[in-house]
This record gives sequence, C-alpha cells and structure tokens, in this order.
Amino acid sequence: MSLLRVEALSKKFGGVNAVEDLSFEIRPGAVYSIIGPNGAGKTTLLNLLTGVYQPSSGKIVFDGHDLTGRAPYEYASHGIARTFQNLQVFFNMSALENVMVGRYLKERCGLLSALLRAPRLARAERACREEAAELMRYVGLQDYLSTASDAMPYGALKRLEIARALATEPKLMLLDEPAAGLNPTEALELDDLIGRLTGRGVTVVLVEHNMRLVMGVSDHILVLDYGRKLAEGPALAVRSDPKVIEAYLGSDAAHDGSFAPEIASAVAAAVAMHR
Amino acid sequence: MLARLASPRTGGLLAFAAAIALLPLVLSNKYFYDIAILVGLNAIVCVGLNLLIGYAGQISLGHAGFFGLGAYGSAILASRFGWPPLAAMLATTAAVAALAFLVGRPILRLKGNYLAMATLGLGIIIFMVITTEDKYTGGPDGIAVVPFSLGGYVLQGERIWYWVVGALLLLAVWLALNLIESPAGRALRALHSSEVGAEVVGINAAEQKVMVFVISAVFAAFAGSLAAHYSGFITPSKVAFLHSIELVTMVVFGGMASIFGAVVGAAVLTTLPQLLAVFEDYEMMVFGAVMMGTMIFLPRGVVPSLARWLARWRT
Repeated sequence: MSLLRVEALSKKFGGVNAVEDLSFEIRPGAVYSIIGPNGAGKTTLLNLLTGVYQPSSGKIVFDGHDLTGRAPYEYASHGIARTFQNLQVFFNMSALENVMVGRYLKERCGLLSALLRAPRLARAERACREEAAELMRYVGLQDYLSTASDAMPYGALKRLEIARALATEPKLMLLDEPAAGLNPTEALELDDLIGRLTGRGVTVVLVEHNMRLVMGVSDHILVLDYGRKLAEGPALAVRSDPKVIEAYLGSDAAHDGSFAPEIASAVAAAVAMHR
Repeated sequence: MLARLASPRTGGLLAFAAAIALLPLVLSNKYFYDIAILVGLNAIVCVGLNLLIGYAGQISLGHAGFFGLGAYGSAILASRFGWPPLAAMLATTAAVAALAFLVGRPILRLKGNYLAMATLGLGIIIFMVITTEDKYTGGPDGIAVVPFSLGGYVLQGERIWYWVVGALLLLAVWLALNLIESPAGRALRALHSSEVGAEVVGINAAEQKVMVFVISAVFAAFAGSLAAHYSGFITPSKVAFLHSIELVTMVVFGGMASIFGAVVGAAVLTTLPQLLAVFEDYEMMVFGAVMMGTMIFLPRGVVPSLARWLARWRT
C-alpha cells in the first residue's frame, strides 16, 4: 500500500543523533512535506532515503524492496530521484547533457557498443537528446536548450536538477528546498510544477522552508525537530497542532535564531486563520 | 550534413585522417618518420589516459607501468618463448586489462593526491619487478624484441610503421570519441563534476571509474607492445616514473577532456626536444620556458584554450 516505509530510522554523527527513531509511511500520489527548523535533520533524512548516508539503525522499504544499506545508484534504479539543496549540477556539461545523464539507467548500453557506436546506440542517443529537450521544456527551461550549465542563473539550475531527476522516470522524487534562493515569481511557478509532477504519477517529498509553498501543495506534513518526529498528519491538522506552533513560535524560537522569519509569520497566519 | 561535419566526431575525425595522410609529404627522411611514429605511439597512450584524467577526473601517475608491461609482455612472449607477435600482443593486453581491473577496484576508492600516490606506487612496483627479474627482462640492460610479423609478412621499415601506427591512432581516437558521446562517457564526465549527483541518477561511480581505468591501461599496454616491436629493443626507462610524468604532462599540455588535445600534447612534447636541439646546452631551459608559457597563456591546455578563443572571436 505505502510506497515508502521508514521504520525506526536513526543516524548518528559521532555522539549527535541527526535522525532518531523515525518511522513514517508515504502513500503513492501524494505531496509529502518535511519541515522543521534548520538542523532538524531534514537533509540528513533525504540523504538516508537516497543511500547517500547509511543509517545507524532502522529500515527503509521502498515499493516492496528493503533498500537499507544499499548504494545511491541502487536507490535510483528502484525509482527514487532527488534534487539537492546545494546544487549538484554537472557544470562541465551543457544543460541538455545534464538532463541526458538522467537517462542513464534507461539508455545504458554495453561498453563494446559504446566504443564502436553501434547503430542502435546512435538511434537511442538521438531519442535521448529529444526526450531531454522535452523535459527541459516541461520544467520551463526552453530558453536554455543550447546553454552551458555554468552560464545559467541560479533559479534555472534548480529547475535543471528537477528535469534531470525526472529523466530517471522516478516513482518518488525528493526535492530538497527547491524554493530556496528563488525570487517570489519563480517560487510561485514551483507550485504549478509540483502539481504537474503529481499529475504525472510521481510522488513528491518536499523539504522546504517556504511555508506558503508547503501549505499550498502538501497533502501530508511531517515536522522534524532535533531529528525526531514532532508531528505528522494531514496538512490542515499539522498547522494547527499546538506542538508545532510551540516549536516554531514558542520556547523554541530561542533554540535556533536562524530560522526564516517567513516561517514564523506563515505559521502565525495559518494559526490565526484556523482560529 | 554541414553540422555533422563540424562535430568533433565526424568532422574532426576526417580532418585528422587527412592530416595523417598528408603528413608524409613533409617527412623528408627516415628520422622524421621515426619522430612521427613516436608521436603516434605516445598519442595512443595519451588518448586513453585523457579518458581517465581529463574526462573522469581520476589521476594516474603509473601509466608508464602499463606501457612497460605491454612492451615487456610482447618482448618476452614473442622473443623468449617464440609466440606469434600478434598472439603475444593480445595476450599481454588482456593480462594488463585484468591487472588494471584487480588493482583499480581498491585504489580508485582513493581521491586526488591519495590516488596519485597509489598509482605512483603501482608504477614503481612494476618498474622494480621489471628491473630485478633480469632472467626474463634483461634487467637494466633491456631486451631485444623480434620484429612484428603476421602470417610470414614481417613489418619493418619506418614508412610501413608510419601507416600502421597512423591507422591505429585514428582507431584509438575514433573509439575514444564514441565513448565520450555515449551514456558511459557522459557518466564519466558527470562523476568528474559531482560524484553524488551522478550516483543519485543511477550511475555506479566505482564501476565506471574502474572501467575507464582498464580502458586507459589497455591503450597504454597496446601502445607499449607496438613500441617494443617497432624499436626492436626495450629498456626499463620506458617504464620509469619519469615516463609516467611525461605522459600526464602531454595530456595536461594538450588539454584535459579533449581527445584531440591529447594528440596535440603528445605531438608537441615529443617533437619539441628535437626542435630545441639547436639551443644545445640551453635546450631543457627553453623547453621548460615553453611549458610554463603555454600553461600561463593557455591554462586549459592548447586545444581547449584555442577552441575557446576561436569561439569568442567568431561571436
């Protein structure tokens, strides 16, 4: 039933528990947001869910397969794709080639046919180029089809990572702060893009500080604090959860002075609206 | 059609084939032919090495070791054990591929300076084995190698060798260009730029690194075999650390991540010492100055820097 099941997941760095005894399930077709103050363990969790980090204990079951302890490329081959908060664009390639790399699993060929450029491969390459261009248009990058990736603005690079992740034809897509660093117009366009992703049948996990975006697109929200689950549930229920409000506005406002003021104001607005 | 001709694979390959075909017009004597053949042999090694260093971003300071294994393998099997040269060459290349595969798996986990140290160590071990196992290798004195022959036809003389090496270099360039423009080639460039970015789209970075390490070792071993048969004599100097450095320098000088850059690097750094002979005692000083000047004014290496200038000049 669930697409992703996380059981008692923990990750320790030295003596610090970045993620501690975390369990949750993600149903297919939904937008599942993970929020929490900086340092709450959100990015660590995404790294665990893609095999970039190995958990200290616990279990990750995706689509019926236990992927605990597997390498990142195995997570990818089972249908989990992601973007990065700090971009991991291949800056030594063109934008289009970046997306073509995303087709690797679908287009992979034997070494011999690569070296000899078998006719079948030449055809597959043309198709790959066409599909990559199509995906770039899909995420709104039609103006950058022949641009070197290191000549693109920041907002476009964020979309480029989404296109590259989409090229793997994922079942689950993890977006790590896709709105960070975008101007308000670009951030608004993200709502639409995330909506279209779920329309394609891709389940989305969204890690984000922009509460307007989170509240606008999420079906389900998980709130992390100090690596633990603070609250979880349908978006409406979570934003009126007293524990969440306290974590953001109450005593916890002191524990990390760096979280974005917009979170506080958004949650405050949500609370006001709810009451 | 015009666009296809302008692409590096089709257009570049045709231009390069024409250059190889026309070069003999200016090669007025055996000495020039000899240099051209040495350029070709070095270029084959550098094209393979550039796949590893320039494209995949993995350094190797031990490739003279693979070159030497290729040369000595052919020499020992063909000259001491009387194998047919082609069989000796193929067996040696296969053995080097197996060795590179076995050694590559553990050492390619290392990165940057640590990988440089490990490959340096590998090269030195191969050098030590070749210089000390003098029963088979002739030790520091080297070993004579029978000429290459196939079905009774003996391959001898600079002119014939020029065409053979030229054709094989063209083949090496073609294979490398194909690889780079394939999913595997893009995977190599991707993991060079961001290993984690490559892994999360499904690329097994460790496996791809080993693959390109093996390919580059095979290119080096094959060129080593050819060099042994061509010169008829092989000494450990070709296996030495200094030769590894020369090969890396050729790749960097010509241009990282540029197949034709590797060829240009091999050509310039092989011929320059001959051209600079007119400076007599100051030869090495001028050589060093040329190298420093090139890297200061063409920091990406000759071919990529010039290509960039040309692109800018056009727009």
